Amino acid sequence: MNSQRVSSLVKKDLKKLIREPAILFLIILFPVILTLAFGASFGTIGGTQSTTYEIGVINTGSAGPYQQWSQHFIGNLTNAEILKISDYSDNEMAQEDLIQGKIQAVLLIPENFGQSCDSFWKASTDPSLWVNTTLQLYLDSGSLFATQAIPPIIQQVLEVTIYAGRPISVPRPIQIGSPSLVQASKLTMFDYMAPGIFAYAAIFLTMTVAQSFTTDRENGLLRRINTTPTTPTEFMMSQMISNTVTALVQVALVFAMAHLVGYRPNGDASSFAMAFIIVSLFSLCNVGFGLITATIAKSSGAATGLSFIFIMPQMFLGTFVGFALSPSAQAAGKFVPSYYVTDALTSLFLRGAPLSSPTILLDLLVVSICSVTSLFLGILLFRKYGRT
Amino acid sequence: MTLKEAAIIIDNLTKEFEDVTAVDGLSLTVEKAELFGLLGPNGAGKTTTINVLSGLSEPTSGSISVGGYDVWKEPHKVKQLIGVCPQDTAVFLYLTGRENVELFGNLHAMPKEKLKKNADGLLTKMGLLEDAKRQVGKYSGGMRRRINLIMALVHDPEIAFLDEPTVGMDPQSRRAVWDFIRELRKRDKTVVLTTHYMEEAEELCDRVGIIDYGKLIALGSPAQLKAKFEAKNLEEVFIQLTGRRIREEL
Repeated sequence: MNSQRVSSLVKKDLKKLIREPAILFLIILFPVILTLAFGASFGTIGGTQSTTYEIGVINTGSAGPYQQWSQHFIGNLTNAEILKISDYSDNEMAQEDLIQGKIQAVLLIPENFGQSCDSFWKASTDPSLWVNTTLQLYLDSGSLFATQAIPPIIQQVLEVTIYAGRPISVPRPIQIGSPSLVQASKLTMFDYMAPGIFAYAAIFLTMTVAQSFTTDRENGLLRRINTTPTTPTEFMMSQMISNTVTALVQVALVFAMAHLVGYRPNGDASSFAMAFIIVSLFSLCNVGFGLITATIAKSSGAATGLSFIFIMPQMFLGTFVGFALSPSAQAAGKFVPSYYVTDALTSLFLRGAPLSSPTILLDLLVVSICSVTSLFLGILLFRKYGRT
Repeated sequence: MTLKEAAIIIDNLTKEFEDVTAVDGLSLTVEKAELFGLLGPNGAGKTTTINVLSGLSEPTSGSISVGGYDVWKEPHKVKQLIGVCPQDTAVFLYLTGRENVELFGNLHAMPKEKLKKNADGLLTKMGLLEDAKRQVGKYSGGMRRRINLIMALVHDPEIAFLDEPTVGMDPQSRRAVWDFIRELRKRDKTVVLTTHYMEEAEELCDRVGIIDYGKLIALGSPAQLKAKFEAKNLEEVFIQLTGRRIREEL
């Protein structure tokens, strides 16, 4: 392999990226603008703004001898900076506001709440004497964060104010569902979206590679290069290098933009290195898809349309759009490589998983297999049917 | 790399497409340092012949030796010897003129200094030195044709295939290209030139071969052909041999 040939072809492709406005927009500006727009819309610019959840409370235990318990509990809920408490006199009105999205949760304190607390304190070691009760909590099912963040917050306030921090293993007379351990109060919608956006950016390489090959083919440039001593291996190597460089620049820019809008993921330098490796592999997978598209497409115009065969499923099933899909659509996502890129980046940056975790290794393996397969198939098909 | 024997030997070359025989039993030899003109009406098989000679198209039958090497058995060696100027301008529009030229020099693995020297020399001869820093997309049609030619010759090939290199050029540019082609011959380079301009063939070529329907129908120097067909010029010979009917491109 002659490095002079490969490097000159790589330089040529990178110049194309900078000088062709349409490609510059699609590959660089579009992901950057997308990240900024999503970050500004769903994130916390600057990372210092705190999230607040609005909760409607109906206190049916506000009368009687044990009323101070419920008032004490509501007082502590009000003192939690992350919650904004609104009092409702009846459940119907609160449910109406919940449906309209004015509040994110409704908490119904039962009549016997105070009695239950009192029974616990009178015989805290004898559950047979407790008056058991349940706090009713209604959550906005359309809010990812409400469903994940509010139950543990209320549970925490309940623990502190009613049980005075007794060990969790001890049974309780008051139940509030199964609180999640995710510290969702620090996360924004954008934190969930960002890994998918990183994968999303690389997907469009399919289109640019397909367009580039078909345009060069239409203009006789592939044939012309074929009259030089450049071997097919050198040519394909140059394509892989230039597209990987493009993908890395793209991801670096998207990371930078995400950082700018307040995205502060978990993970250290090794997590970032792993993320770049996975995205690089994924970019090669899309180069393969681009070659397959270029083989099928008769013209660059057709290549643009046909590339969506690969772009759409990956975009909808495997990137930031995916978490809002139905369970069956999410299951279908497992058949597209972008799903595993998003999953790996989510594990690295959102869940703080170590590099050696089985999830990340499995994702890396799947993305690697997809890349090798699509690239091999793409090169094979393009060399056989696509060059002329 | 230098030539071992006759520059090009074509023996009974046939190239068939699905329902068309583009080249039909063509045999001819082009000597080293010869400027050979391949003439013929539209669709006669000129470009197909060039494509087969430059390794872009596989022959249906027959054998072709370029620079002493079989085109299909030793393509890499052949590609080191040849420079191909395609009929349709094939240039990267987003690259500058110089970048296009240097790209093809690099694809031939030329040493940097030699590449710069050759590129400067060719750009100067073709009147493009001042515009070499501009992107080719902003060039006129004639300028693109000239860059198209320079890209084929920057590595100083032993054998040049020039497929209608002066189409779309103004008379001044055409003359400049003619001078340049003559210079190639003086430097013992072998040139195969296809053209529709009979005066161009008459002006430049040592010998011409006229092909029609893929067959070689006349071969000789312009003077020999004019004498043989008692014609004032090569155009008359051409019309006598191929007729006046307007042909469609295949």
